[in-house]
Amino acid sequence: MWRFFHKMGSPKHFYRIAGAWIPWLTMICAGFMLVGLYQGLWVAPADYQQGESYRIMFVHVPAAWMSLFIYVVMAGAGAIGLIWHMKLAEVIAISSAHIGASFTFLALVTGSIWGKPMWGTWWVWDARLTSELILLFLYLGVIALHNAVEDKRTAARATSILAIVGVVNIPIIHYSVEWWNTLHQGPTVTKFDAPSIDVRMLIPLLLMAVAFKLFYAVVVLMRARCEILQRERNTQWVRQLAGGSY
Amino acid sequence: MGEFFHMGGYAFYVWTSYGLTLIVLLANLLAPLRQRRKILADLARRDRRERNMK
Repeated sequence: MWRFFHKMGSPKHFYRIAGAWIPWLTMICAGFMLVGLYQGLWVAPADYQQGESYRIMFVHVPAAWMSLFIYVVMAGAGAIGLIWHMKLAEVIAISSAHIGASFTFLALVTGSIWGKPMWGTWWVWDARLTSELILLFLYLGVIALHNAVEDKRTAARATSILAIVGVVNIPIIHYSVEWWNTLHQGPTVTKFDAPSIDVRMLIPLLLMAVAFKLFYAVVVLMRARCEILQRERNTQWVRQLAGGSY
Repeated sequence: MGEFFHMGGYAFYVWTSYGLTLIVLLANLLAPLRQRRKILADLARRDRRERNMK
């Protein structure tokens, strides 16, 4: 087990192992997504209050979950990079930032499109929506800061600190619907008692959530491989890779 | 089938959301693929240059 971790910490081995995993993860992800879409758009019944419009949930909620999940991964990887100077953790952190930003954007936009027919407005400055918007700015701040610093390792240290400070926003987003009176509905799945959602709606929601997680895994590995190639461009193994057939 | 695409009158909202999701997912996949092609082309160019200098 320790040998495995040690190997994964080496960029060269990570590059190779990630390359081997990507096709499999992609296929499993596509499988979950296709079944999830079929269940969500076709099998699940209409909502008794919201009619067919609630089907936006099957992309909105997984995207919103991912926006929080990826932020925690990014800040966690950033912290590992800061403490143990592990290059690979820095690579994972910055690779996550772009994906997290895109999922946050997706959660905000699909939420807005869902809000228009249900709430009668595209946007309100309520706690859930505002804190999620701040999350988008945090992601964009991390990306901008990383691009602004020339030296990759200094950039990684600066962005990690920003990412870790921003973690404060995560519980605020999660509990915003309970702490404040908001237009956004409360949680229906992560409640401690039985989820107040029909099982035919819960299944596609969970399938889509797994698909989005796998999708993140695929893209973060793809991005990390690019980042490693660039950082290791002067090493022997990258030179061999570039010189030979690829 | 027509009823399916009609989405009980919410067709615009539902299909716009799913369309945007598709665009965001595709963009996420294409970005590293393009970056990878560019990096490998850069590295190959450097490799050729260094070989010519020898």
